[in-house]
Amino acid sequence: MEIQWYIGLAAALFCIGIVGVLTRRNSIIIFMCIELMFNAVNLLLVAFSKMHAASAAVQSNPSVVSDAQIFVFFIMVVAAAEVSVGLAIIVMLYRNTHSVDVNFLNRLKN
Amino acid sequence: MNAIILTATWGVVMMLGGAFIKSKSTPKYLAITGLVLIIIANCIQMNNGASFFTVDVKNMLVFDSFNLTFINVVFGCTLLYFLLNGRDIEKVGEHVSEYFALLFFILCGIAIISTFNSLLMLFIGIEIVSIPLYILTGSDKRNLKSNEAALKYFLMGAFSTGIMLLGIAMLYGGSATGSFFIENIISGNAPMPPLIAAGLVLLLVSMSFKVSAAPFHFWTPDVYDGAPTVFTSFMATIVKAAAFYAFVRLFENAFGSMHEQWQTLIVILTAATLLVGNLTAVFQQSVKRMLAYSSIAQAGFMLFALFALSNMAKEGLVLYAAAYSLASIGIFAILVRIRDYTIDGFNGLAKQQPVLAITATIFLLSLTGIPLTAGFQSKFYMLMAAVQNGHHTWLVIFAVLCAAISAYYYFRVIQAMFLRKVPEMPCWPKI
Repeated sequence: MEIQWYIGLAAALFCIGIVGVLTRRNSIIIFMCIELMFNAVNLLLVAFSKMHAASAAVQSNPSVVSDAQIFVFFIMVVAAAEVSVGLAIIVMLYRNTHSVDVNFLNRLKN
Repeated sequence: MNAIILTATWGVVMMLGGAFIKSKSTPKYLAITGLVLIIIANCIQMNNGASFFTVDVKNMLVFDSFNLTFINVVFGCTLLYFLLNGRDIEKVGEHVSEYFALLFFILCGIAIISTFNSLLMLFIGIEIVSIPLYILTGSDKRNLKSNEAALKYFLMGAFSTGIMLLGIAMLYGGSATGSFFIENIISGNAPMPPLIAAGLVLLLVSMSFKVSAAPFHFWTPDVYDGAPTVFTSFMATIVKAAAFYAFVRLFENAFGSMHEQWQTLIVILTAATLLVGNLTAVFQQSVKRMLAYSSIAQAGFMLFALFALSNMAKEGLVLYAAAYSLASIGIFAILVRIRDYTIDGFNGLAKQQPVLAITATIFLLSLTGIPLTAGFQSKFYMLMAAVQNGHHTWLVIFAVLCAAISAYYYFRVIQAMFLRKVPEMPCWPKI
């Protein structure tokens, strides 16, 4: 398949994520949308890695192909670390306010 | 390599130590000892290039003397921060040694982002800095403001990381050789391919988020205001300086050859940051919030390093980082002592505690950039580099005008300390 299809799919997923972050009010759903953005990037990286594998310029140095796929693993690990901290913060907020709605977050404004 | 491995190890030592140490003040001394040893180890590597650990990093990290000097400057500021604020960190909550452990992990991340040579290391370093900061921001668990600040910081930080990752993926796809090494992204002087241009803009946006440059600064005042003041002090100074260093390092090594093409973007960012930071700071009643806006305004000056992108600008950035960090750490340390964060809280401080008031005055003068202070020297370096660059001289004049505005809100605090009467019930404790 052409690389454009992968770029299009990843861009669509990423935009869904961004729109979700900007419009939703539930902090857990916002967080899920951020994860969606990360996964769109993962898809894009793997697609680019296959694209570079096919091109002649990288044939001399095959390690660059696996670089992007290893990068994807790092993104997954870091995303997992962020989940553990992020959910802890959301639980802490829920204990204090009994809500996960970000509209309640306006105490610092005034 | 010494700095990275030893800070990470010492973080673990602090965390394990927390399980056995019952006394509340011991972790502070443990942390100070560790940091002194790490600084010495880093100096050894700086002098003869010998690392205690032989790790083949495949050129993904570069330890040249400039990077190591910057790490030393940052660690030195942190040492001062520990000495000044150690007692206040103990007051934040129960888990004192964990706070120090998280600070050490942040230092590890800082060492990575000041030496990275590959986009992978940039990403990992930024995350190692950010994730402990989310925890520290929310460390005052019962306080709703702290909760709110932590959630906001977390969501904004993760969002900007997502944007940065998309930028990295596009740079990888656009580079002819398919490499994550920052000097291999652009090959030759060919016009920028669309993927590279998109990646550059996305990285610019996400790094602006991290260093809180306008128009991506909106999370900063809320987060700095809500976080416990000791940790605000760390975030606004040391972490910000390191993020700036990474920003400049990335753009110099990766896109330095096509500087003219993205200089206009930096001009817009700089002008917006200076204007927004200074004008909004004028209207703040809380000194803590005023300092948050002033840190945005100071970021505008540090952006001149990206604007000029010369050796002088890079040296100026290190000087600016040191001068700004030291002055801000000092003023925040005084702020922690004063319970009332409004400007009225400073009323008549000079009569009651002259030494404290004079020290605060020196810090504020340095932040304003009055001659004879380090703040003046560093601002001079930055503007000098911008003038030498030759383009957009109006920006330098604009920056000087903004510095004049900044004198207003810094001097308001000095005026409150020296000219106002002591309130009936002074809200600062005896020291």
